[in-house]
Amino acid sequence: MTNVIDNVSHEPVAGRAPLILGAPDFHAITEAVAQPAERATPLAWWLFFLPSLGMLGILGLAVAWLVWEGIGIWGLNQPVGWAFDITNFVFWIGIGHAGTLISAVLFLFRQKWRTSINRAAEAMTIFAVMCALLFPGIHIGRPWVAYWMAPLPNQMGTWPGFRSPLLWDFFAVSTYGTVSALFWYVGLIPDLATLRDRATTRMRRYTYGLFALGWRGSARNWQHYETAYLILAGLATPLVLSVHSIVSMDFAVAQLPGWHTTIFPPYFVAGAIYSGFAMVVTLMVITRKALGLEHILTRFHFDRMARIMLVTGSIVGYAYAMEFFIAWFSQNPYEQFTFVNRAFGPYWWAYWTMITCNVLSPQVFWCKRARTSLAIHFVVSIFVNIGMWFERFVIIVTSLHRDFLPSSWGMFYPTTWDILLLIGSFGLFFTMFCLFVRFLPVVAAAEVKSVLPAADPHHATGQRATPAMAGRLAPEGAH
Amino acid sequence: MRFVPQLFPEGEHFGLLAEYDSPGALVRACEHVRDAGYRKWDAHSPFPIHGIETAMGLGRSRLPYVALIFGLGGALGGMALQIWANAIAYPMVISGKPMFNWQPYVPITFECGVLLASLATVFGMFAFNKLPMLFHPLFGVEHFAKATDDGFFISVEAWDPKFDARATGELLSSTGARRVHLVRRREDAAP
Repeated sequence: MTNVIDNVSHEPVAGRAPLILGAPDFHAITEAVAQPAERATPLAWWLFFLPSLGMLGILGLAVAWLVWEGIGIWGLNQPVGWAFDITNFVFWIGIGHAGTLISAVLFLFRQKWRTSINRAAEAMTIFAVMCALLFPGIHIGRPWVAYWMAPLPNQMGTWPGFRSPLLWDFFAVSTYGTVSALFWYVGLIPDLATLRDRATTRMRRYTYGLFALGWRGSARNWQHYETAYLILAGLATPLVLSVHSIVSMDFAVAQLPGWHTTIFPPYFVAGAIYSGFAMVVTLMVITRKALGLEHILTRFHFDRMARIMLVTGSIVGYAYAMEFFIAWFSQNPYEQFTFVNRAFGPYWWAYWTMITCNVLSPQVFWCKRARTSLAIHFVVSIFVNIGMWFERFVIIVTSLHRDFLPSSWGMFYPTTWDILLLIGSFGLFFTMFCLFVRFLPVVAAAEVKSVLPAADPHHATGQRATPAMAGRLAPEGAH
Repeated sequence: MRFVPQLFPEGEHFGLLAEYDSPGALVRACEHVRDAGYRKWDAHSPFPIHGIETAMGLGRSRLPYVALIFGLGGALGGMALQIWANAIAYPMVISGKPMFNWQPYVPITFECGVLLASLATVFGMFAFNKLPMLFHPLFGVEHFAKATDDGFFISVEAWDPKFDARATGELLSSTGARRVHLVRRREDAAP
């Protein structure tokens, strides 16, 4: 399929390169997207699924033991009262930002290339938010009273303290999870209808049919549907910016040196987008190969994602530098100590891991060859995933372990259960993603069809696109 | 007396279904059907087609008003909940700050507004579109499955005042339909 031309080379005379390679017609897109969900389960899928399921089992074990024994099984202590649990929470919720960014923000900016990756990125977002929501729930130590965070009338006559950023966080993350799931499901409806209409067994037709809600591609329905999609995009855009801003206020509102800074909200949002794109790249490099979607998820798409990673990675690097500058400029000895301690104290290795992975590694994307090489993409995205986890570890643990009074200093060392819980959360994430890839359309087929040149009613003679024409976007079409 | 709104025409036939070759052909055919004065008809395509709402003579969707009303309601409700809970029902002094202060309530007010607006948008869209509708006479037509793949269709329903199986069929054929099919209310008879 990927025979036509390379769509990453810039051709000023011939016009924009095609987004989708191989000049497929509408039916070819349907086939390419629906077949992975319809064929017999390939062996390779089990090779990914079973280890993920095993890791999910580890999660079950780690959570069960935690509920039974209490959070004493973790390495956190005084003064490091937040450690792996909150690090993992911020890490996962950050990853959960790419999906909505791609779906909503790029939609509002009319970036047509989003159509190839938005479905998988949104799915990834929902799974990441699931992982994230787990940690505050178990971190409170008595998960069976987690409902106290919700404003429910109760026999004690108490209400949550709405002036605490921790409660804002509860509302922000649960709203974000709900809206992301709605957005994802609304996008899925036309493709579920496609799978329903292609179903060969009664079981598949009824299952997909139930969730497709009886969608029949009616123009009257499309009109409300597109309006709904636009409104959701408009709502999700400020929402996605608010979520990590509020997460950052969990820290910034505290008095602790290293946390108490006004740069946190934009810095956290940039970091979230950065880590989310890295995870999208990690997953998509494998998925496109495994499902044979190379002509839909082209190197052009990876080039665009690399640019976003380069920008957000550099914003994050700027924020790291600015924290040091403000520590010096404020002439506050506690701030100054905290940052020197961050870079050269006992956790220096975590700090320099973060700098190497987050600031240095994406700089290869200045080079076009790196932006279009999937091998480099995969390696850099893994580095960024690691670096962004360490960023949260550095912010949380190094700030807490040495604050104002040397008499209250301490160290944090993770226990086996800390590490098993981290591994287990990856198990949950990958298990969900494997199931998604197996049973649902990984690419938003209806949206990809709508960016094909033949979808334009004024296209050519109004007949089906000729192969020579089909690869080209309409001249006014912006990527 | 009927309590459930009637969804499909009575009688043996649901209407006519015409298939077209391309989005362009569908849009041009829609203009003809619109100009002929039909009211109860629809177009079907695997993806939204740019400009088809004008070709069909559809007005704008009223969904944004639904979203606005619920969004404002959610935001007001969120603010009221917080003020009531923290200043009236269970007053608590935090850092000596006043009981009535709106500033710390802004984030949750915003989140509640977004949540309610999003839910209203999605469920309002379902309501406007009469979804879920798991049975529809068109599902009985075998080649209608292409409507979610690569087919472009116009359906004219039999209860349209101007509907006439012969005249409407000729109109659809004259607009360049590849084939026109008379749809039964229930295609049980079909093998």
